[in-house]
Amino acid sequence: MSIIGSNQPRLDRRAAICVLLAERGDLLVVTGLGSTTYDAASVADDERNFYLWGAMGGAAMVGLGLAIARPDRPVLVVTGDGDTLMGLGALATVGVQAPPNLALAVFDNGRYAETGMQPSHTDSAVDLVGVARSCGIEAAFDIADEDALADFARRVQRKERTLFARVAIHADEPPRVLPPRDGVLLKNRFRRATGVEGA
Amino acid sequence: MNITTDPPADWRDDIFAALQAADIRQVGYVPDAGHSRLIERVHADPNIRAVSLTTEEEGVALAAGAWLGGQRSALLMQSSGVGNCINMLSLAKACRFPLTMLVTMRGEWAEFNPWQVAMGSKTQAALELMDVLVYRVDDAADAGETVAAALDIAFNGSLATAVLLSQRLIGAKRWVK
Repeated sequence: MSIIGSNQPRLDRRAAICVLLAERGDLLVVTGLGSTTYDAASVADDERNFYLWGAMGGAAMVGLGLAIARPDRPVLVVTGDGDTLMGLGALATVGVQAPPNLALAVFDNGRYAETGMQPSHTDSAVDLVGVARSCGIEAAFDIADEDALADFARRVQRKERTLFARVAIHADEPPRVLPPRDGVLLKNRFRRATGVEGA
Repeated sequence: MNITTDPPADWRDDIFAALQAADIRQVGYVPDAGHSRLIERVHADPNIRAVSLTTEEEGVALAAGAWLGGQRSALLMQSSGVGNCINMLSLAKACRFPLTMLVTMRGEWAEFNPWQVAMGSKTQAALELMDVLVYRVDDAADAGETVAAALDIAFNGSLATAVLLSQRLIGAKRWVK
């Protein structure tokens, strides 16, 4: 059984990231290992993006620590279904902490694109929106069109409650846009650009 | 404060004082008997956000996010949890995030449960394989000072540190009451 079979409407991942980041304001962004890092960089290599080039399963928790530290800013984690599945417990931790300025957007193609498009658990049995809700993230949405995604992006800016979106995307591999891989550089420029260097 | 019911101050309070002195603002932890008093004090402090984790590796990522946002953090766990952290420690190493892990030891002193020995006997080696600087506390009088020193090195040098709190210090778990 496939709950997200090929008939389901899906977004182009590069169009989706543009919707999320088009009017980012002072949004802070964390991306997960793999394609979502390239997606964010394809919009702009903004110094307020922190790209994970490893640490699979860690994106949501980096976002949580950041959101707790910066309640004045909206924080958006953009990651894939594979990264989310590897750190599924993080959704439970986020649900308990519930920072109102944290949003998680999971680009779900039901595939491990980075390693050759092998099916992930979301291709068959696992419903990430249901998981998020069960973890206490009640504002969880299943999104497959740009209007709904734009509405989600506006909610992110309002910092009213913890948000989750499963964004259905096509299983394709657009040309890679590679941001810097030097972790120290990424860390230091993020802190400088967001005014915490020296803290 | 009700002096008649509060337990006397001990090395756990010295560690808490070291966290406060270092301006620690987030503490990730997996519930643990050895850390229980420290965890209670962290929860009671309005200046510190206590974050209960489902697995210890979450805390390594939490600490990275906290630092990106300008806050200092510490991570509490038991020795078995160190094994859960290994790949996530690459985040601290690749980006030179400051990190201090306070680890209560199992499997090394009058241990009842042999399943704890496998990880407990390799905790220090596993951390050092990942280039975490390891300090060890066997004497209660050294606890606060050692944690303060580990926090200093972590935040001054953007390095990962761990303080192992020995099982002899904590007291072996009593299985039969």
